[in-house]
Amino acid sequence: MKYLLLIYADEHAFEAMSEDERRHVYAAYDELMKDLSAKGQSLAGDELAPTSTATTVQVRDGERLVTDGPFAETKEQLGGYFLIDVDDLDAAIDIAARIPSVHAGSIEVRPVADG
Amino acid sequence: MTTVGEVVDRAYRDDTGRAVATLIRVTRDFDVAEEAWQEACEQALRTWPQRGVPRDPTAWLFTAARNRAIDRLRRERVGREKTAAAMQIAELEALGDDMHEIPDDRLRLLFTCCHPSLALDARIALTLRTVAGLTTREIARAFLVPEPTLGQRLTRAKRKIRDAGIPYAVPPREALPGRLDDVRTVVYLVFNEGYEATEGELIRADLCTEAIRLARLLDHLIPDDTESGGLVALLLLQHARRAARIDASGDLITLEDQDRSRWDQQLIDEGLAIVDRSPRDGPYQLQAAIAACHDRAPRPEDTDWPRIASLYDELARMRPSPVVALNRAVAVAMADGPDAGLRLLDPLAGDLDRYHHFHAARADLLRRGGRGREAAEAYDRALALVANDAERRYLARRRTEVAV
Repeated sequence: MKYLLLIYADEHAFEAMSEDERRHVYAAYDELMKDLSAKGQSLAGDELAPTSTATTVQVRDGERLVTDGPFAETKEQLGGYFLIDVDDLDAAIDIAARIPSVHAGSIEVRPVADG
Repeated sequence: MTTVGEVVDRAYRDDTGRAVATLIRVTRDFDVAEEAWQEACEQALRTWPQRGVPRDPTAWLFTAARNRAIDRLRRERVGREKTAAAMQIAELEALGDDMHEIPDDRLRLLFTCCHPSLALDARIALTLRTVAGLTTREIARAFLVPEPTLGQRLTRAKRKIRDAGIPYAVPPREALPGRLDDVRTVVYLVFNEGYEATEGELIRADLCTEAIRLARLLDHLIPDDTESGGLVALLLLQHARRAARIDASGDLITLEDQDRSRWDQQLIDEGLAIVDRSPRDGPYQLQAAIAACHDRAPRPEDTDWPRIASLYDELARMRPSPVVALNRAVAVAMADGPDAGLRLLDPLAGDLDRYHHFHAARADLLRRGGRGREAAEAYDRALALVANDAERRYLARRRTEVAV
């Protein structure tokens, strides 16, 4: 089954990290990504630019509404994702628990419909 | 002479979990499995009165259920699903009639129903429905929710199991201890709901009985995990006191005032035997050992309070929590006097201010220490928070004893 792992974390905390700490986090992400790819479990995965770059778009009654910022202001922001293909939810949860941001943030595990 | 109805009821009680568990494993479909088994039981009720009860009722019912499931798969699976259905049908046909020759699938079923990704109330409802074989109506009554609400809860849970890909499997060794804890939590919550119902009448014995049955099943399926045995013992030792816990008007009688001749000695003996042969390496085993101290005492004054206090010490080290600290304080008060207990209670006020047991325990110790006015205030606080009628009446009665 395919699952999208949505990585929510406090982006300000990440920005406040030292260069060294950030290198550590990226190295941990690289390692996980390599492992998932080697096992054929990873379909995609990216870090997102901070929510300060986000634009929200709606069309209502044919009219386009474009606003600055993310869809919802939250304490933790969507900062990246993995798209994985594994046997079941337990396998997806195991991978979610290995994502470096899981210690400070939260990972939402969402099955892809009919995936 | 047993009637057909009794034979079917008996088979339903004893065999539902196991039959449904296997049918789910093959069909991957909770509804097909449950309904096939249900229909088989209805078919038995219709046909056995004329044709007579078969020699092996369980085998008959299981075969009928397999056939029902096969019919449904043939009828309902279309397009792409047909290939999978054909394999499932072949597997159902190969199962044979004797359910007990097939490896017991109830363990997978328990782990799936108690999966942490399901809401807690859904886990409870699903476990009672599919593993214990209670009807939707029975569960709805036990938890005082409307039947349609409970039906929706079950439907949503089953849909999540399917759509989120919750596995139908026993977790691997490294995940097993944590997942077993999850299952025991559900069983213990079922028991507690029966033992100390949050609303209305105090004890719902049938929920307690179901919880004991589930705990026994878990202990039987994974015998080398001693915590499940600890849970069985704990439930037995508490349930043994049920008849003495309530007076004729439905009011709560505390341990101290209970007529101990009304305790169920058979359950106590069984619980004590488990406690005596188990290590104390988990919270349920420790709580069972504590319950055993009470159940062993012929009179309240024979209770070994210092031992209870030291068992709570162990429990607090293993699972520190304000509620454990509260119970420990009460045990210390009983061993060393109310003031010693009150000194331990005071630091818990921040965490437990909204918990009626905290104020009730404090009130009790203040009353024993002869501090009537403070006791009355604490009873008032407990009364403002309590939800259960019988407990409220008990507290109100105590409150009048210290009235100033």
